[in-house]
Amino acid sequence: MTAPTARNPRLGEIAGEFAAVPDSERLTLLLEYSDELPDLPERYAGQHDQLERVVECQTPLFLAVEVGSDQVVHLFFDAPREAPTTRGFAAVLHAALDGLTAAEVLATPPEFVTQLGLADLVSPLRLRGLAAMLARIKHQVSEQAPR
Amino acid sequence: MVLPPDQDPKFRGYARPEMLVSTQWLADHLGEPGLVVAESDEDVLLYETGHIPGAVKLDWHTELNDPVSRDYVDGVGFARLMSAKGIGRDTTLVIYGDKNNWWAAYALWVCTLFGHPDVRLLDGGRTKWLAEGRPISTERAVTAESDYPVIERDDAPIRAFRDQVLAHIGMPLIDVRSPGEYTGELLHMPDYPQEGALRGGHVPGAVNIPWARAAADDATFRPREELEAIYRDEAGLAPGDDIVVYCRIGERSSHTWFVLHHLLGFPNVRNYDGSWTEWGNSVGVPIRRGAAP
Repeated sequence: MTAPTARNPRLGEIAGEFAAVPDSERLTLLLEYSDELPDLPERYAGQHDQLERVVECQTPLFLAVEVGSDQVVHLFFDAPREAPTTRGFAAVLHAALDGLTAAEVLATPPEFVTQLGLADLVSPLRLRGLAAMLARIKHQVSEQAPR
Repeated sequence: MVLPPDQDPKFRGYARPEMLVSTQWLADHLGEPGLVVAESDEDVLLYETGHIPGAVKLDWHTELNDPVSRDYVDGVGFARLMSAKGIGRDTTLVIYGDKNNWWAAYALWVCTLFGHPDVRLLDGGRTKWLAEGRPISTERAVTAESDYPVIERDDAPIRAFRDQVLAHIGMPLIDVRSPGEYTGELLHMPDYPQEGALRGGHVPGAVNIPWARAAADDATFRPREELEAIYRDEAGLAPGDDIVVYCRIGERSSHTWFVLHHLLGFPNVRNYDGSWTEWGNSVGVPIRRGAAP
């Protein structure tokens, strides 16, 4: 079995980035990510019915997944600014997975969530929200990807 | 009490008016010696996005809980935490937060376990401060370390444990969760993930008054007469009652504890912080399903 990080070097880079900073700065790093989450494109703005709600998150988070005919995956999120932790999680997944192929996204190990070293900083409830976000992305990709 | 109480006429109706300050009072006193302002939010990153200038962050998850056992920090841990935040035993501590002061009330309740003499809530919390366009800052507050004494936690007056709740059945109990959690239809808050309770329902005899009903639309506490209508007329609480409140892990019920004890003046109110995540997993304890207490 190939090491998952070998398939997608970004996972290891992001986990490494979180591991490199002390605990006290890890949340700040997550906040920096949350600031970089791209806005929803025009075609999804205000169209929550076209997005999937991640009910496992503590604050409303909506998600859209597109798999192109070239197998490239694009991710779109809508998360409120007053919920920076949820936004930060969405932004990390966007940075890690957007633009990869469907196969690469599907190969993302669930352990990626715990490799960010956030377990001691946020509640278990929140980490489960992040894990659920990843699971829902993979589910949508597997539904849409032509085989 | 280092700083004077807020004389806001709204607070005079409450049993302990000195437990609250208004946004105007805080704006007037910000930066005065003897005052420390602390923000405690549900979203642990919210403080970093901007907070009341000079306010320190108090993190319910990483700072108030023991990192290993399911309990709060002990006297030594609390002294270390307070000292690091620049809070002395004689400091006037004002706590505020998001979501109607939900977690701020929890932090205040934990401070009360250690008998901190002067701890107050900002009425309306973060929501009202922002809605009024008052200043915020992203600069992390730098405070000189203080020397907080080691005070042993005194749980008995305001904290209830499982076996005490078992013995309390038949006396006033308030379940502050959502109606779906109360009836047993849901095992977690609506829209929140499952948190591992094996059984749904409520403690027999508990009356369901969701916690946020005590808050008005602007996140401030409802005035005394509206609170009386909810908790005395509707829930049937009578003066002098011995009351236990609970929710899922004891945070939402801290808010109701504050309302019953400090605003309505019930002398004996205890928060069962084990709450449903303990009760709903306990072997052999009685549980009732459905809408009836």
